[in-house]
Amino acid sequence: MTTLEIHDLHVSVATESGPKEILRGVDLTVRAGQIHAIMGPNGSGKSTLAYSIAGHPKYTVTRGTVTLDGENVLAMKVDVRARAGLFLAMQYPVEVPGVSVSNFLRTAKTAVDGQAPKLRTWVKDVKTAMEELAIDPAFAERDLNTGFSGGEKKRHEILQLELLDPRLAILDETDSGLDIDALRVVANGVNRFHARGGKGVLLITHYTRILRYITPDFVHVFVDGRIAEEGGPDLAEKLEAEGYVSYAGTSA
Amino acid sequence: MTILDDTTSPQHGLTEHSHGAGAGRADGHGGSSLHRFASFDVDAHPVPGGREEAWRFTPMVRLRGLHVDTPLDGHDYEIEVDADPQVHVETGEGDDTRRGVSGYVPIDRVSARAWAEADKMIAVTVPREVVTKRPTVVRLRGLSAEKAAAGHVVVTAEAFSRAVVVLEYEGSAAFAENVEVVVEDGAHLTLVSLQDWAGDAVHLSHHHVRVGRDATVRHAVITFGGDVVRVGTSLDYSGSGGDAELLGMYFVDAGQHVENRLFVDHNTPHAFSNVEYKGALQGTGAHAVWVGDVLIRPEALGIKTFELNRNLVLTDGARADSVPNLEIETGEILGAGHASATGRFDDEQLFYLQTRGIPEDQARRLVVRGFFASLINKLGVPELVGRLGAAVERELAVSEARQS
Repeated sequence: MTTLEIHDLHVSVATESGPKEILRGVDLTVRAGQIHAIMGPNGSGKSTLAYSIAGHPKYTVTRGTVTLDGENVLAMKVDVRARAGLFLAMQYPVEVPGVSVSNFLRTAKTAVDGQAPKLRTWVKDVKTAMEELAIDPAFAERDLNTGFSGGEKKRHEILQLELLDPRLAILDETDSGLDIDALRVVANGVNRFHARGGKGVLLITHYTRILRYITPDFVHVFVDGRIAEEGGPDLAEKLEAEGYVSYAGTSA
Repeated sequence: MTILDDTTSPQHGLTEHSHGAGAGRADGHGGSSLHRFASFDVDAHPVPGGREEAWRFTPMVRLRGLHVDTPLDGHDYEIEVDADPQVHVETGEGDDTRRGVSGYVPIDRVSARAWAEADKMIAVTVPREVVTKRPTVVRLRGLSAEKAAAGHVVVTAEAFSRAVVVLEYEGSAAFAENVEVVVEDGAHLTLVSLQDWAGDAVHLSHHHVRVGRDATVRHAVITFGGDVVRVGTSLDYSGSGGDAELLGMYFVDAGQHVENRLFVDHNTPHAFSNVEYKGALQGTGAHAVWVGDVLIRPEALGIKTFELNRNLVLTDGARADSVPNLEIETGEILGAGHASATGRFDDEQLFYLQTRGIPEDQARRLVVRGFFASLINKLGVPELVGRLGAAVERELAVSEARQS
């Protein structure tokens, strides 16, 4: 049973006026089969949580622990975390000119599995996953994320989620900037992934809209670097109606 | 617009501006500086001291006196030819009448000295209307850098021919050289100059390309090895409708100096030129210089030109100078522009690939190979793809060995 445990996590970034603390003691446990939604206003530290778990060098963990099935995630290099079963769908996927999508996908799959995928099943898997996400087959020969529209980038993140098949997926504002059709396509992809069973999902979002298509088991409200309130799906409805005003005195 | 700008990433750091039709003005890069002096008379070119505009980036003390008066009478090199059966490769004497067919007149002392002292020349001729099946390779292997030598190459693609010619340089040498490239009307020539010298080689070369009416030329300067490799490329047109692509690729290691100077002279109407040079640098004292001059003369109506230089700095201690110059003397053009960007290795690209399980060294390879991929594709010589890829791998292995 996959379990991601975050305990008393404090994270800082370097600024011109010295280190600035962004996460101030986050406690969160995500178990296999669960979908957790993290919601919060801009600047509350939601993305920092995602990037810290993935191991971005910009963020320094000053206190606390992150474990995946008891293994110390914070001691692992970025690529090792991915091979241990963590996946981060980014809000702003990075362009890598000259590296084709198909080459990238095959290289990543080989890396996370520790062996090259069998050619015939791989080609079929890629084709099926692309069809389900309404991605044009010509996409495979394009340069990774280069010149992709916002929607294409997000669908490509979910394509990777489905193909790399991690144990725990963190989705950082995957819904931002998507029109309603693209949002449905992306949400369906996440639901398909979750339906495989044994998968944990941590869904970070600013808006409640995506929660009409992906039903969370738990909703956490993130304010000022820590979790301010926790509840079930009904908490999302409350946020839909009232916004974040009652938490931070802001309507952001 | 020079020097390493460590705040710009290759992805976002492209500074660019374009001049559309009707923009008839000089570009603020120094008036008519691009109308330059030329002479066959060696003594008409004073010995450069290193402060001159054309030499200000060059490490003069490492030139083995090629720019002063070191005799250029050495012959410590071998020539190997592997030609398409329809292409003629001949050697000639210093007084061969084919010299000078491109209309080139030496623009600096090294070039004038090489012109005066070369006692042998190589002529590569693609006969009229011949379409070749495979690249013609002329390989020069230097045996020693002790005695300096002078070379002269004339590559002629006769009317309506189509060919690929590769000039390869390897081994040790102190070599001053002129290369003339003539692409006659309607011909299509790809010329690649591949500098894969040993670590002690000094190579100062000037290429002049003359593009005929409706001719197409793809000219590439690719440099991996050598202590100092300085290649000037000038190009002009002998008729309208010419199409020139000037490509460059370099990988500069610790202590190496690689300099490329281009001058595109738009002297006819309805011609095109596109310059694209890309380089990677690693190690202390690695220095790349790119100067791209484009002159659009009053008669160059309806032309279009663009030039691009991008440098990828992989480690601390490396330096890239990138200087584009555009001088426009007519507003009646389709377009002119340039872009130059020097960026550090993009850590965000590395992070993205690593979050997908790809180990760091493999991620670096992917990014660097990707950086050069479009250029290698544009070159369009399948026979070179494997070799260039291997050279990039070899260079990356050097940097990984240094890091570990």
